[in-house]
Amino acid sequence: MDEQQLRIFVDIVRQYFDRETGRLPEIGSPHLGDASALPIYDFTGVIGISGERQGCVYVTAYREMLRALLLQVGETDVADNNLCDLVGEVANTVSGNARIHFGPNFMISVPIVVKGSAQAIQVPRNIKAYIIPLRWHKHEAALVVSLQ
Amino acid sequence: MIFKLMIVDDSNIIRGKISRTLTQHNMEIVATASNGEDAVKQFAANQPDVVTMDLTMPRMDGLECIRKLRHMKPDLRILVVSALADKSTAIQALKEGAQGFLCKPFSEDDLTDAMDELLGESHG
Repeated sequence: MDEQQLRIFVDIVRQYFDRETGRLPEIGSPHLGDASALPIYDFTGVIGISGERQGCVYVTAYREMLRALLLQVGETDVADNNLCDLVGEVANTVSGNARIHFGPNFMISVPIVVKGSAQAIQVPRNIKAYIIPLRWHKHEAALVVSLQ
Repeated sequence: MIFKLMIVDDSNIIRGKISRTLTQHNMEIVATASNGEDAVKQFAANQPDVVTMDLTMPRMDGLECIRKLRHMKPDLRILVVSALADKSTAIQALKEGAQGFLCKPFSEDDLTDAMDELLGESHG
């Protein structure tokens, strides 16, 4: 991963929030993360990447942010099932949109959603993981990109 | 004219968004499905005129589902609604028998515009 490729993910996640809510997120400085201490908030949507690139992309967010985002997109049912669905869909959309730049051999899995912060997300230890912090409506979340 | 619509997407939220938007746009939702296998079953039972189709889904993906549905009803109208934003995926979906492609994330206007284009002068 180089800076230009990280910028692709930053731009995509900005566009996602802008398109869905009309409000841009604040993006923090992307930085390398320690594989044993990556951010895990209340709900996490993980996309496995295979093909020419291997690794994973995940989005992790607090409950309050996902509730606010759901209401913003017109969904009134803010039960946990829909919060899980939403975080998986954000991860899926960010990863799928990245194919504009990485091509059709950037193969993405269906989302795997983890609820709760007790479980660690296992990213490949031999691949660097970059954390892109974001804040939307005062709620913190993060996009983590770990690609070979 | 009111068209009968089937929505195929593994996200409940996306199914809800498409349903809310197109119900207000002269369409009747006759079926929803969260994967390709279920879509094929629902299609046989409900005979929709139009389908919105996700591509990345468990059990049977959207491209395989398009092939099966087109075999069942050659004049079926299919709008792919997917996050897979590269050109070659769109071309492949069109080759398999879809007539339109809408990239996620999408606004309500994006969806109704894409549906109007798909259905031509008979809708809108």
